[in-house]
Amino acid sequence: MTAMPAASAPVFLELRGLSKRFGERTVLDGVGLHLERGEVHALLGENGAGKSTLMNILTGVYLADDGEIRLQGERLAIRRPADASAAGIGMVHQHFRLVERFSVVENLLLAAGGRKGLRSASEASAALLRTAEQIGLRIDPQAQVADLSVAERQRTEICKVLALGARILILDEPTAVLTDREAGDMLSAIRRMADTGLSIVLITHKLREVIGHSHRLTVMRQGRTVAANLPTTSLSMEEIARLMVGEQKAGPERAPSTLISNGADLLIAHQLCVSRADGGVGIDGVSLRVRAGEVLGVAGVGGNGQQQLADALLGSLPIEAGNLSLDGAEVTHASIARRRDLGLRIIPSDRMASGLIGELSVADNLALTRVRGGHYRSGWLNRARMRADALAAIARQAIAGATPELRTSLLSGGNAQKVLLARELDSGVRLLVAHSPTRGLDVKACAVVHQAIREVAASGAACLLISEDLEEILALSDRIAVMSAGRITGECPGGSSAEEVGRLMLGHA
Amino acid sequence: MDIAFLGSWLGSVPTAAIPLLLASVGLILSERAGVVSLGVEGYLAMGAMAAAAVTLESGSLVLGIAAGVAAGALLALGFGIAVVLLRAEQILAGLATMAIGLGAAGLLGRDYVHRTFEGVTNVDLGSLAQVPLLGQLLFAQDPLAYLAILLTLGGWWLIARSHFGLRLRAVGEDPATADVAGVNVQLHQLFAVTCCGALGGLGGAYLSAVASNVWVENMVAGRGWIALALVIFARWDPLRAILGAFLFGAVEALLPRLQASGFDAPVYLMGMLPYALTIVVLVAASCSRARRNAEPAALGQSYIRQDRR
Repeated sequence: MTAMPAASAPVFLELRGLSKRFGERTVLDGVGLHLERGEVHALLGENGAGKSTLMNILTGVYLADDGEIRLQGERLAIRRPADASAAGIGMVHQHFRLVERFSVVENLLLAAGGRKGLRSASEASAALLRTAEQIGLRIDPQAQVADLSVAERQRTEICKVLALGARILILDEPTAVLTDREAGDMLSAIRRMADTGLSIVLITHKLREVIGHSHRLTVMRQGRTVAANLPTTSLSMEEIARLMVGEQKAGPERAPSTLISNGADLLIAHQLCVSRADGGVGIDGVSLRVRAGEVLGVAGVGGNGQQQLADALLGSLPIEAGNLSLDGAEVTHASIARRRDLGLRIIPSDRMASGLIGELSVADNLALTRVRGGHYRSGWLNRARMRADALAAIARQAIAGATPELRTSLLSGGNAQKVLLARELDSGVRLLVAHSPTRGLDVKACAVVHQAIREVAASGAACLLISEDLEEILALSDRIAVMSAGRITGECPGGSSAEEVGRLMLGHA
Repeated sequence: MDIAFLGSWLGSVPTAAIPLLLASVGLILSERAGVVSLGVEGYLAMGAMAAAAVTLESGSLVLGIAAGVAAGALLALGFGIAVVLLRAEQILAGLATMAIGLGAAGLLGRDYVHRTFEGVTNVDLGSLAQVPLLGQLLFAQDPLAYLAILLTLGGWWLIARSHFGLRLRAVGEDPATADVAGVNVQLHQLFAVTCCGALGGLGGAYLSAVASNVWVENMVAGRGWIALALVIFARWDPLRAILGAFLFGAVEALLPRLQASGFDAPVYLMGMLPYALTIVVLVAASCSRARRNAEPAALGQSYIRQDRR
């Protein structure tokens, strides 16, 4: 990698002391970043570190509560997306802003809104081809977007943003949607773009991309920049990983292991394969073994097959190859009801989508899984008993503000999760699959969920904890499996450090 | 059937086809912007009533027809405000609009029912109309029929070729992307819905001021619903809507002629024919892949911008 271009005062684009609060939550706290001409600046951080919020401020989607943005020393007011694009700031989101049934040219014409030089199809087509040639990408202006592959759409989107006059290009995890080979091509293109004088902010999780393809890097953690504008060559991969996940505090959070040695195998998954709804391989030969009394953590960057794994275990996605047994019974092709009868319980990652029914009352939601077994049958439905059970559950879980009749969607995230816990952690639980069980919860609710998971293990049942939150995995797990690209790529014992797990997580073999 | 019969049959097709065509083109505009204007039956009724009433009051056909257009546009604007700005559910609001249009036309037009007036007459191109078979179809129509064809071509150009059309289609396909591109989604939808009302009103005015020279209640007789089906048949393309409207018009124009020439079939069964044809068209359309490829992707969804916070 060539050396960073010489910095001449003033800084090309300077973000200074940017802060943003959503309600009581501070998501950005005095963040700063310098971007020079012709540089690829990597922006790193775990999910929720504040990268997206920062970029949304830069592109005019959010307004910062505090701080300023300077372009070539001049203060720049970005109040609307239009202000950002007028200043030459363009962003390529993971979700492309392309109308599928339009041609590539039509998409540029639409975004250009009749501005000079981009009024006719021929002008727009020429501008696209000129831009594509400058940065060495190939695109077909006449193609229909619907017919293009993801990689082609991405190239189209980049050329569109550049043809609209962007000099500063923000790429949000551009390689996340690409195959390895396409990703390599894209990273080379990014370097060529920088060589033509464009400034690139590269948001990524993948350390290899940072090392090989960026000039400088900034690392964010919990809404702050923990390292800003460091030359990439000055850091090792281990140092970057440590900056991202943070020094592990000497574990007051880490519970003493309740592991019963030689506990029975409650879950044996052997070489599970599942395809995704879009035809891609979701999980590819995943083998896991969870013993009674333990918490097995599955760590990994989101979108590496975790959802498919959870769905396959629950039975909502058909298992195409491999075997699955639950508490000694073969359940590879068993129904969800059969698995639940054997003691499988699940906390889904999206609790309101597949865990609870928001329109129903708390009592109804609590009764959902037990109605089938005839638990509430007494002629019709024994509502008095449902209500009594709901009151007991509300008291036991201390669900603030809940009554049996309350519509569940009116509960806060943490209280809704407590309802789900109360239902799933009944006396029949043998294996709990918890997928991102604390996503979006505040600290207190997190503690409740963590406590519940520990109790499951202590009671002699087991928990498979799938989470993107590394600290959560480290705090709760007796063993840690790392998932990447639909496979289990490594396993660490419970006491491992964040760096060890983090390295495996970030796809660094 | 001889040439003369065919020629006069073809010559009578536009009278039946033009109201359908105008309503369909209006609907295509509206649906291309993502809004289903289910109340088009009401626009037709308002247009027919207003054209008759104003013509009878003022004695001016031009004023009458303009009133028909305005009445349709006004009703549609109300619908547009409800669904676009206030985000009412499109299907229910559309049904309500239909009921309001039919009811209001009946109420406001009760003094004008069955009062005939001098309607629009056909152009006289002399001997051209004598051309066998196609002479009457092409050269002996009323000015509004020619205008309707021009409006359809204009509508096609607007949608397919203009900058405005590009934005309109983007709104119907992917309002979030259009919004990011700086397109005022609501304004475009409101405009398209109002145009739909104006064209529906013109179609209604054609029914009373050209086709029958009189206003009677229920004279629209489900043409709005047929137009909704025609939009699907036309795959949201105004040029194909000409084909569809004339196909339906031909069936409608055939019935009285068959009866006049002594063809013996139950009247009610024959009267059902256009509607039966509608169902056939809809079934065929939903079986074809072409429909899925043409239907605006965001049709019927109201667009809410993500909160900026």
